[in-house]
Amino acid sequence: MAEIRLEDIIRPENLVYKKTPLMTDNILSYCPGCGHGTAHRLIMEVVEELGFQEKTIGICPVGCSVLAYDFMNIDMQQAAHGRAPALATGIKRTWPGRIVFTYQGDGDLAAIGTAETIHVCNRGENLTMIFINNGIYGMTGGQMAPTTLEGMKSSTSPYGRDVHMMGYPLKMTEVVATLPGTYFVTRQAVHTPAAVRKAKKAIRIAFENQRDNKGGVSFVEIVSNCNSGWKMRPVDANHWMEQNMFPFFPLGDMKVDGKIVK
Amino acid sequence: MGELRLMKGNEAIGEAAIRAGVDAYFGYPITPQSEVIEYLMAEKPHERTGMVVLQAESEVASINMVYGAAATGKKVMTSSSSPGVSLMMEGVSYIAGAELPCVLVNVVRGGPGLGTIQPSQADYFQATKGGGHGDYRMIVLAPASVQEMSDFIKLAFELAFRYRNPAMILSDGVIGQMMEKVVLFDPIPRWTEEEIIKMSPWATTGKPLNRERNIITSLDLQPHVQEQRNIRLQNKYATIQEKEVRCEKIACDDAEYLIVAYGSSARIAQKALDIARAQGIRLGLLRAITLWPFPTKQIRELLGHVKGILTVELSSGQMVEDVRLAVEGRVNVEFYGRMGGMIYTPEEILGVLKAKIIGE
Repeated sequence: MAEIRLEDIIRPENLVYKKTPLMTDNILSYCPGCGHGTAHRLIMEVVEELGFQEKTIGICPVGCSVLAYDFMNIDMQQAAHGRAPALATGIKRTWPGRIVFTYQGDGDLAAIGTAETIHVCNRGENLTMIFINNGIYGMTGGQMAPTTLEGMKSSTSPYGRDVHMMGYPLKMTEVVATLPGTYFVTRQAVHTPAAVRKAKKAIRIAFENQRDNKGGVSFVEIVSNCNSGWKMRPVDANHWMEQNMFPFFPLGDMKVDGKIVK
Repeated sequence: MGELRLMKGNEAIGEAAIRAGVDAYFGYPITPQSEVIEYLMAEKPHERTGMVVLQAESEVASINMVYGAAATGKKVMTSSSSPGVSLMMEGVSYIAGAELPCVLVNVVRGGPGLGTIQPSQADYFQATKGGGHGDYRMIVLAPASVQEMSDFIKLAFELAFRYRNPAMILSDGVIGQMMEKVVLFDPIPRWTEEEIIKMSPWATTGKPLNRERNIITSLDLQPHVQEQRNIRLQNKYATIQEKEVRCEKIACDDAEYLIVAYGSSARIAQKALDIARAQGIRLGLLRAITLWPFPTKQIRELLGHVKGILTVELSSGQMVEDVRLAVEGRVNVEFYGRMGGMIYTPEEILGVLKAKIIGE
């Protein structure tokens, strides 16, 4: 059997996929199997395809994606925990011609930043919000999140989330869908090729809405895994997500063109 | 000469903001400074200059809207009063860490807690010593008149942009609420987007193909990098301390005794000085205009002829610590203050001066 050499495989005629230049060459700091890298790539591909690189300003949160600016080759700002929608408001109001998006995790968007999330949506800011929901605090080390499922174990709910003591998992995306200031609200995933294709389409709509000044927030939740925080192997984490997260956080559009569809 | 008007201090802040070419004001109402946003909303600055005025859902949101817009090189500001300013401290720390220019106005009321809506100077520590977390400094200007409420908006933005640092106007309920004549400066046009991109090449205005991406952050996970950021900040603060101290010396040249005060207290102390001088007491007044950087050297220079110092503040004694650090024990430094929204009279101050410093 002939020796397999990488340089024989990596040849122009074999290329089926090319990394967007809007992703930097920095090595991703995310755990193997994590959905963040895929979500980053989809956003950057959409920004590239829509020709927005020169006018896009991104806001990264506190959490695993605090260093998103190391990977996205656009101008970015790093916000305090939960405050990304306020930063985005400040930018969009003073640079209405720019494309502004926030990228936030569940602790950031649905716990400490609840007020900012609700009010940015209620004001109907012409923004794109990406919400990564993995039901746990990844960066901080596996603590309970506002979206941690009932009975789910975390380092601050070591015997499982007791809803009578710790409150219920919060469906923030359903909440913002009810507000008149949101224009497009959807919940997606990025754990399979089919899910990735749907998620990218949703992200594209969310950016196109902003470009076309549809008058409201375009909000994309991505239900994702956290195999480190969940203490599972990556493939097991994806199965667990399908079996446990998706029933509680069902995928699909909630609001399209300003109208509730589900 | 500019336009002469009779205005409240808070209204002067609003008018000065429009005239200074400010791009945006983000705020949340709180007594005793709500006239700032009320004035701005009524004036429709969007029609006058294109300035954005937005009422946020909280002071936390206001300061973070300021953070977002400041990071794009825009001229942005907020205003609040003590409890609201406490809520902003997280954002101020981030803004200082990320080295962004912006202006905050604190029309101080009595505390702690919800306190009172009456005037106070009890937020000196918060303004000059940090307030938020980490090693940072704000440039702090203390107006003593409605005129200075207007003038200092312009000055605060100049300093904020010169040093890429937050600047605060530390006022109080007296200056905010009282009406005085004010000569308004001539309007400065707002910067165009092209001017901003040229003036502030660090700003996140959207990455053109011919430059590296701009990143605004206060985060460095590697300690040796974070230390370098801190050293850079401290070097900048040293430059500000060297170059930007401002104070007003009244009758200090032959002064045997000295009052150190700022803001509304300095106005009252000035009346006490007039009475003292009429009685033959050689009293001087040093009014601190920049509270940080503090006029340490300027106080020290007077110690050749000044035998005793009284510091008066509407607090339990905060700036007096900086006066004592300046004096280094060389002369007696006493303190007199009122709290909780109570204000002293000139006669009261003079009585304390005689009892504690002159020794009658």
